[in-house]
Amino acid sequence: MAKLKNNIGPVWVIAEQIDCRLLSVSIQLVGQARKLADELNTSVEAILLGNDVERQAKELIAAGADRVYLGNAPDLAFYHPEIYSEIIVSLAEAHRPEIMLIGSTAMGRELAPLVAARLETGLTAHCIDLVLDENRNLEQRIPAYGGLLSIICPERRPQMATVAKGVFITPEPDESRSGEVVEIDVPDMVSDRIKTLEVVIAEPEGVPLESADIVVAGGAGAGDLDGWNKIVLLADTLNAAMGSTRPAVDEGWTELTTMIGQSGKMVSPQLYIGVGLSGEQQHLVGVVDARVMIAINNDDRSPVFDQVDYGIVDDCREFVPVLIKKIEEYFEKKVTC
Amino acid sequence: MLNIIVCVKAVPDPKEACNIKIDPATKTLLRCDVPMVVNPLDKNAIEVALQLKEKTEVRITVLSMGPPEAGNIVKECLALGADRGILLSDPAFGGADTFATAFTLAKGIEKTGACDVILCGMASSDGSTEWVGPQIAAFLKLPVVTMVKEIVETGAPWWKVKASIDNGYRLMQVKLPAVFTVTREVNSPRALSFSGIIKARKKEIEQWGIEDLGVPSESVGLKGSPTIVSQLNTTESKREVEFIKGSREEKAEILVHKLIGTGLL
Repeated sequence: MAKLKNNIGPVWVIAEQIDCRLLSVSIQLVGQARKLADELNTSVEAILLGNDVERQAKELIAAGADRVYLGNAPDLAFYHPEIYSEIIVSLAEAHRPEIMLIGSTAMGRELAPLVAARLETGLTAHCIDLVLDENRNLEQRIPAYGGLLSIICPERRPQMATVAKGVFITPEPDESRSGEVVEIDVPDMVSDRIKTLEVVIAEPEGVPLESADIVVAGGAGAGDLDGWNKIVLLADTLNAAMGSTRPAVDEGWTELTTMIGQSGKMVSPQLYIGVGLSGEQQHLVGVVDARVMIAINNDDRSPVFDQVDYGIVDDCREFVPVLIKKIEEYFEKKVTC
Repeated sequence: MLNIIVCVKAVPDPKEACNIKIDPATKTLLRCDVPMVVNPLDKNAIEVALQLKEKTEVRITVLSMGPPEAGNIVKECLALGADRGILLSDPAFGGADTFATAFTLAKGIEKTGACDVILCGMASSDGSTEWVGPQIAAFLKLPVVTMVKEIVETGAPWWKVKASIDNGYRLMQVKLPAVFTVTREVNSPRALSFSGIIKARKKEIEQWGIEDLGVPSESVGLKGSPTIVSQLNTTESKREVEFIKGSREEKAEILVHKLIGTGLL
């Protein structure tokens, strides 16, 4: 690899694999890291820990990495908070990255704060954009209170951020790119105070949110579980994926996995219908480039109406059943004609 | 005797949080008197401790960092059944990011003395960050499991917990002392009882400042925070809303036509 022309450290991506499959967010982060590194005139390096994942290291190079630090050992097959953070902290102390990016996955959300605290640096949660400011600091953008906050970490390094899947595009793989795979020594540390006994991963039910053409999202305006189920029925009628806001999850009407937004999933449907929600940025940043957006809310001053194409001012608990009936009537006509 | 510390945060009531806006001119937050409440997921953390207390000998300490007004939410936790309430409050603590907050809370935990279990909500409803729990663990050099959705076994010194991961869970065995952050699935928090409120009246909240913690002022608050807010911008919408009007039936009828127009039905 070419020697660095300046003293700016590399841009790092902590890659993640599950069952030897690289997560798409890791590839997307390498793509964004490439852009930042080119602007900073530095290199992109990825850390990949797993077992039997040499081929995945090549994928990271094809996505834009110049170097991959590969930890390949049976003990690394599944994420372990203490072993993984120990390896990353010692690599970071040795190689002094300028920036460190991690996916907002279950692993990233636990690992990133552990690493940041040990490196005594800042960490921004669930960024929706990453750019360089005029001082070449990483401007980490997050939504807040109907606006956008830019966070910087001006004095400490690395500048750390987590980012959800779908925030950045997946770069086209370039198999001709050359890069270096550096196998790291895996410390012989067996953690005696924390053990993973079992990992269970289930196939998600229903239409997956991330790839759905139509997304119906419900919020606190559902009022209760009965009101919520009406919105779920609307989603079923439209063969749509069902999404939610944080308040709906907090009420216990739905699982955390359905939450759309900054700390949840990013969706990019053709059609988005927001029902009984107020259009908080933390939710709506998760809806990327929808062709048509519709909101149903009983308050005509709700901020959600500033961000949609069509608005219905009505109590969603009353309106949704009528809407479902009309949609069913249309489907029946469509079949009989 | 199991010593449990529950870390809680005062947040603007999530049900009214949409009333908090950014003033486009001054770029400051307009709070519009939104009341402060216990962060919803922190109530699940307290409930874990309260349920254990019903089964075994437990001493519950509630710890919060915030302005003096946050004492009210610590009081509420005492009314729920916590034994001791501590508020870390000092002008020097103001403006802290998650790193400085976790550091300050970790120092508070050290000062409380022996502690077996530290519980936090998995995330705060206002900042949507999830760092304080794991960073407390890092500062105290304790093991941590985040996103715990079920407490399976509470032996001594090992706890067994199920923690959410993307599309599933992991079953973890952790040696105490340890930090756990919990999700909503872990339990259903109880409501305040009248007798609890009466009992809590007699309990005093301890308030600790920077001198009580014995830490340098550069390590807490804004000064101890690696991250800063560089800009606060309002976002502009690219869409202009067309309100669909009429009776409920008419609105539904028109909306179905709009849906048909998308070509997706």
